[in-house]
Amino acid sequence: MTIFPAGILMHIPDGFLNLFVSLACWAITLVVLGMAIANTRRDFDERLVPLAGIMAAFIFAAQMINFPVAGGTSGHFIGAALAFIVLGPWLGLLVMTAVIAVQALLFQDGGIVVMGANILVMGIIPGFVAYYIYRLGRGRSWSFQLVLAGVAAWLSVVTAATVVSLLLAFSGTSSLSVVLPAMVGVHAVIGIGEALITVAALAFIHQVRPSLLSDGQEAGKGGWVVVGLAIALVIVLFAPFASGHPDGLEWVAETTGFLGTAQDAPYSILPDYTIPGLGETGLSTILAGVIGVLLVAGLVFLVARLLQRRSQDASTI
Amino acid sequence: MSFHASTFDRYLAGDSAVHHLDPRVKVVVAVVFIVCITLLPDGAWWLYALSFALVMGATLAAEISPWLIIRRSLVGLPFLLAAVTVLFTIPGNSLWTGPFGLTITDAGAMRFGSIVLRSLISLQTAVLLTATTSFPDILHALRHLKVPDILVSVIAFMYRYLFVLTDEVSRLLRGRAARSAALPGTKSGGNLGWRASVAGNMAGQLMIRSLDRSDRVYQAMLARGYRGQMLTLKPHEMRPLDWTVLVTGCLIAVILPVIGRL
Repeated sequence: MTIFPAGILMHIPDGFLNLFVSLACWAITLVVLGMAIANTRRDFDERLVPLAGIMAAFIFAAQMINFPVAGGTSGHFIGAALAFIVLGPWLGLLVMTAVIAVQALLFQDGGIVVMGANILVMGIIPGFVAYYIYRLGRGRSWSFQLVLAGVAAWLSVVTAATVVSLLLAFSGTSSLSVVLPAMVGVHAVIGIGEALITVAALAFIHQVRPSLLSDGQEAGKGGWVVVGLAIALVIVLFAPFASGHPDGLEWVAETTGFLGTAQDAPYSILPDYTIPGLGETGLSTILAGVIGVLLVAGLVFLVARLLQRRSQDASTI
Repeated sequence: MSFHASTFDRYLAGDSAVHHLDPRVKVVVAVVFIVCITLLPDGAWWLYALSFALVMGATLAAEISPWLIIRRSLVGLPFLLAAVTVLFTIPGNSLWTGPFGLTITDAGAMRFGSIVLRSLISLQTAVLLTATTSFPDILHALRHLKVPDILVSVIAFMYRYLFVLTDEVSRLLRGRAARSAALPGTKSGGNLGWRASVAGNMAGQLMIRSLDRSDRVYQAMLARGYRGQMLTLKPHEMRPLDWTVLVTGCLIAVILPVIGRL
């Protein structure tokens, strides 16, 4: 039996993120997911449902593949990097979304209100990280590409762990100075297993069915929008630590201390983030940043909707 | 290792009033309830107790053992590790000082307890939803609730092939176990990299098989007249009872955080 299932620290349950963070993540996730649906529908048409559905079942099944590491622990396979590298980012995202939805709805592995955050953390961010790092090696030797795939898989796991830590700290659920090194440390090890399996799986696919790797789906221009959005989000979350508040612990103590006093305020829907109390804490920086990201995301969404409508018009002829 | 439908399907067949509610009602009330639990302030212990009683009341109405729901909700416990830090980092009066000068504060303990309880009650709500609503019904509800059709279809497809592909992977795992025989006291197989590459080959093989399968399934679906939409013969209709439960359920859920903030 497994002592330390790999994915378990990634699936955030309900109650660990506050509503503000959950909704902000949903907003970003919905925009990107809308783009993924528009892109995959255009590229795969009616073939999409069986293809994405069965690949999602594949990811779920592949997560049962384990290999003994040492001392009774075993490495597990998460599969996001492989899915994104082989299937392309949009189809990969649709697949990971289905996996996360089934895990939450069927097994309560990951919450419902925080599902947007889980899709962001386990699908969007690691997926685009893995995809673009792997793509850097286009046209280079196959062994170089394999190494890049390994790096991509490792980074996808570590980035996901980093973002989970940030979201938890932002919600006042854990202290960043403890949870960040712990999560990143654990997942840096898990990521090695993920990298090894991903590389071996890609090598196998390259040997058996090389065509799968050459004609993968392109991300198109939308992909860079997502990367930009993700980077913006991460920078926004990091901003307060870079400027004037180098001590993360102090920052969390401030915010959580503030949480304690904010309970007296009646009728507040977002008690943790009532603006007057913010003052010059890092929180106001983040809040302003998140609002900015959401504004940009809203714009992107509108553009995506317009593009989608146009492509639908074109396809109905 | 074998995986059957019973391993995955958490639906507990029953004939109770809760089972017969329209799945839309159950999904909406459950989501609203979880949102409202998230909004409960820290340390509102009696409101947590009230919410827990509400979930357990619904469980009893569904003729399901509360113990079962509680036991299944414990899957979220490992994640509590992530919240342990607040015990020590929130400033407050010292409750207990452990080794390394770690001090548990009363404010920290209150925050930790609140996170744990809110999370468990949310989990129990989700467990109850899954236990009283079959997964196809949940998907049907999502479709009615305007979740993009394509997403619901993909999830439905995944659910259908979950069992097929987990059977496939358990055959792969059994094959590996059979090949990895070792004399007592000796180790079979190579080093870590070798073991990982065996696992990787299995993943790659499973991926190619899955892709091929999706192609065959698609061809079979085309042959049967598939045009991009999944059809269903089970029209869900809202009865007066469904509307009553929907409205009262949401009202009770919304009142909880309102009381908590008064």
